[in-house]
Amino acid sequence: MIAVFMETRDGKIKKSSLEALSEAKRRAGEMGVETAAVLVGGAVADLAPAAFGRGAARVFALENPVLADYSSQGYALALAEFVGEAKPAALFFAATAMGRDLAPRVAARLGAGLASDCVKIAVKAGALEFTRPIYAGKAYLSFTLRSTPKLATLRPNTFPLGEAVSGGGEVVRKSVSIPDGAVKGRVVGVIKEDSAEVDVTEADVIVSGGRGLKGPENFALLRDLAAVFPRAAVGASRSAVDSGWIGHQHQVGQTGKTVSPNLYVAVGISGAIQHLAGMSSSKVIVAVNKDAEAPIFKVADYGIVGDLFEVVPRLRDELKKVLAE
Amino acid sequence: MNILVCVKRVPDTESRIRIRHETKSIVEDGLNFVISPYDEYAVEEALKLREAKGGMVRVVSVGKDEAVAVLRKCLAMGADEVFLVKDNSPETYDGLRTARIIARAVERKFAGTDLLLFGKQSVGADNSQVPAMVAELLGLPQATVVTKLEVEGASATALREIEGGMERVVLSLPAVVTAQKGLNEPRYETLKGIMAAKKKDIPVVKLEELGLGPDELASQVEVTGLDVPAQRQAGKILRGDPAETARELVRLLRDEAKVI
Repeated sequence: MIAVFMETRDGKIKKSSLEALSEAKRRAGEMGVETAAVLVGGAVADLAPAAFGRGAARVFALENPVLADYSSQGYALALAEFVGEAKPAALFFAATAMGRDLAPRVAARLGAGLASDCVKIAVKAGALEFTRPIYAGKAYLSFTLRSTPKLATLRPNTFPLGEAVSGGGEVVRKSVSIPDGAVKGRVVGVIKEDSAEVDVTEADVIVSGGRGLKGPENFALLRDLAAVFPRAAVGASRSAVDSGWIGHQHQVGQTGKTVSPNLYVAVGISGAIQHLAGMSSSKVIVAVNKDAEAPIFKVADYGIVGDLFEVVPRLRDELKKVLAE
Repeated sequence: MNILVCVKRVPDTESRIRIRHETKSIVEDGLNFVISPYDEYAVEEALKLREAKGGMVRVVSVGKDEAVAVLRKCLAMGADEVFLVKDNSPETYDGLRTARIIARAVERKFAGTDLLLFGKQSVGADNSQVPAMVAELLGLPQATVVTKLEVEGASATALREIEGGMERVVLSLPAVVTAQKGLNEPRYETLKGIMAAKKKDIPVVKLEELGLGPDELASQVEVTGLDVPAQRQAGKILRGDPAETARELVRLLRDEAKVI
């Protein structure tokens, strides 16, 4: 069995968990094993249909009132207990803030290695081979894990969602026992940013700005451009962030986020090597820069050499028109 | 309060990474090594906490002799004591192995630590595994990717970054916290600090002193390939009238690239 941890936020399974489930289903098919989804929480069995809808054969619901709020300790305890009983060959997580927080704890509890932030998974001679970027994408490492189960986190927005399927399956509810004092840290609240904003790691389109924007106020141009797309985010170069023009959570590159959207639009970004590392796996790259020699043009599929202040508003209008068609 | 910061020596972010295919490893010649950038935020946070609450800041790095250079930087920034846990093995990319070494070192050498600080990931292996693994091995709570930390008595409140927002986490100490950019502005070393750091002997903890078995020190990762990504080809460059180039770009995105 390949089991996949289903992350829930606001009472819904996250899309990136369903992507991980879809990938598990494809690899499990090659290995001839079943795919299972694992929900953890206070009372989560009701969420099973979404997991069946992406091909889970069984859904495990690990429940305890203490697990209603996320805690890495409580969730790791529940998942390690599940692994001990169900003995999956592999356990996948989405490489989200929660997945990256939780998976290493589960791995340490099980004494198992972990493949973090995978962008490709293959079955070779019956074994799972994981590929992940290192140095923020300047190199790619492929490897197998000696320990069992094979634990991996899968980068969001990288593995395609499988086709939706109809029909249900078996829901296995398990009540998790959590000893007193086992959970010494917990989430007490969530502060949401402007809810209209999509995180750069989850966006289909990223419009990023750099020094060429000349000041923080001009990020408004990029927000306007991003607003044309349904799931777009505003990104930034390190120098724009270090100048205090925009928050660091928008930074793309080696000390920011590594992203691979369908479309990456670099505006007024020269293309420092640490920035290119973080965005070179984007499917299509567009650059707008007045300097024809800027390194960004060496990786861009399409470039406009010109004044961004003239180009970007026209680009927005044109896109708006075409997307409305 | 007693704080232990764990730091790693990594190639700086401007490095071009080259591969030695025979050994499936990175070519280290010619690279400029630095303290991993996120670890600097961890050191700074430790120093700020010491200034506010008293206590001691100790820094440890697991690695080869060369890691001493980043430990000297930490001394120059103001750390009270630094230690090298000497590990001559090449990069294994296995977080569990490193976590076991650190967890055992904490138990044997740094008992009484109230707070373990790390960078949120090393800039290089990019695993983000070791801190949470250490926390689990030691039975401690954790807050990872933290941009704000407050310590009050025996508990800490941290803001950690999540998709589209922040999570507020309350931890009882001792605990593990990992630093994200935005947590603080790391200070520069002072000249006096640099001179004093040069003179200090840096204690070395041998791996054998930690009493880890061969199973615990074996890597779980079996590398099967290491490559640099295919170079992207430069594409079409448009010049001229802004309105026309914008129109042409949108046409290309729709008809040729088919992304819109």
